[in-house]
Amino acid sequence: MTLLLNGEPREVAATTLDQALAELGYAGKVVATAVNGDFVPARKRETVTLAEGDRIEVVAPMQGG
Amino acid sequence: MASFYGFEPKSRLFLGTAQYPSPAILAEAVKASGVEIVTVSLRREAGEGGAGQAFWSLIRDLGVRVLPNTAGCHGVKEAVTTAQMAREVFGTNWIKLEVIGEDDTLQPDVVGLIEAARILTNDGFEVFPYTTEDLVVGGRLLDAGCEVLMPWGAPIGSGRGLNNVYGLRSMRAHFPGIPLVVDAGIGLPSHAAQAMELGYDAILLNTAVAKAGDPVRMAQAFAQAIEAGRDAFEAQPIEARDMAAPSTPVMGKAFLS
Repeated sequence: MTLLLNGEPREVAATTLDQALAELGYAGKVVATAVNGDFVPARKRETVTLAEGDRIEVVAPMQGG
Repeated sequence: MASFYGFEPKSRLFLGTAQYPSPAILAEAVKASGVEIVTVSLRREAGEGGAGQAFWSLIRDLGVRVLPNTAGCHGVKEAVTTAQMAREVFGTNWIKLEVIGEDDTLQPDVVGLIEAARILTNDGFEVFPYTTEDLVVGGRLLDAGCEVLMPWGAPIGSGRGLNNVYGLRSMRAHFPGIPLVVDAGIGLPSHAAQAMELGYDAILLNTAVAKAGDPVRMAQAFAQAIEAGRDAFEAQPIEARDMAAPSTPVMGKAFLS
């Protein structure tokens, strides 16, 4: 299915959020996630089933003021 | 020493981590100035990218406390979700809460700020609200559970210093027991010293150090100015007056005319 990963369309075979993250190269990385605007804690990623067109946000530490 | 949710830093300078010429210069500026609290943020990361991971590694090696922000958030929902993501990534309940209401000045949307602060404190966050010098808003933020207030000195990145000295002085007088931090708009160490002389507990700044010709030296200059300003406040400055008052005793002066 096609997901919107950080605003860009991406094809994945995954059906859950944790699978999608692994497939998209985030395994082992310090990131936080949201699906369709709602925060998804790391411990719940495996329970979140994805649907066509879901908006996935993946963020990491960055410089800030 | 002021306590920020139970943490009592020796340094009253809180430093942002953005816009430095290099990560090494950021690290050196933090070390050279004795800063113990730095602000950080969250941004989108690509699966194949590693910028965020490298930055986080650098910050952890500094051994400082991190204060994640919700910079760039324009609504309550967006700010709350960003705060939740920051808590997980950075492993802290601290959040510098920004809800921006106007793009030219980056002025806080204080209505949204109060609402977001209430939601976050109820969820266990320790909120550092980026606010204006409005006393009523300050009171509402405290009602919402905030234990620190961070009024702006001037618009973010403007370097104008303290735009409303009267307002900031009033705020200090109105909230005598609350840790107050001037956040944003500082351009020079003298601006920071002025805020400390008013009795502010700390200064949060970023651009004035990061964009200086020599950020490390400027960070040190700010640290010194902030210390001097605090000392001056504790030493109880004299009141200004309109007319001269001779400091050299008049009594006993030779009569020579």
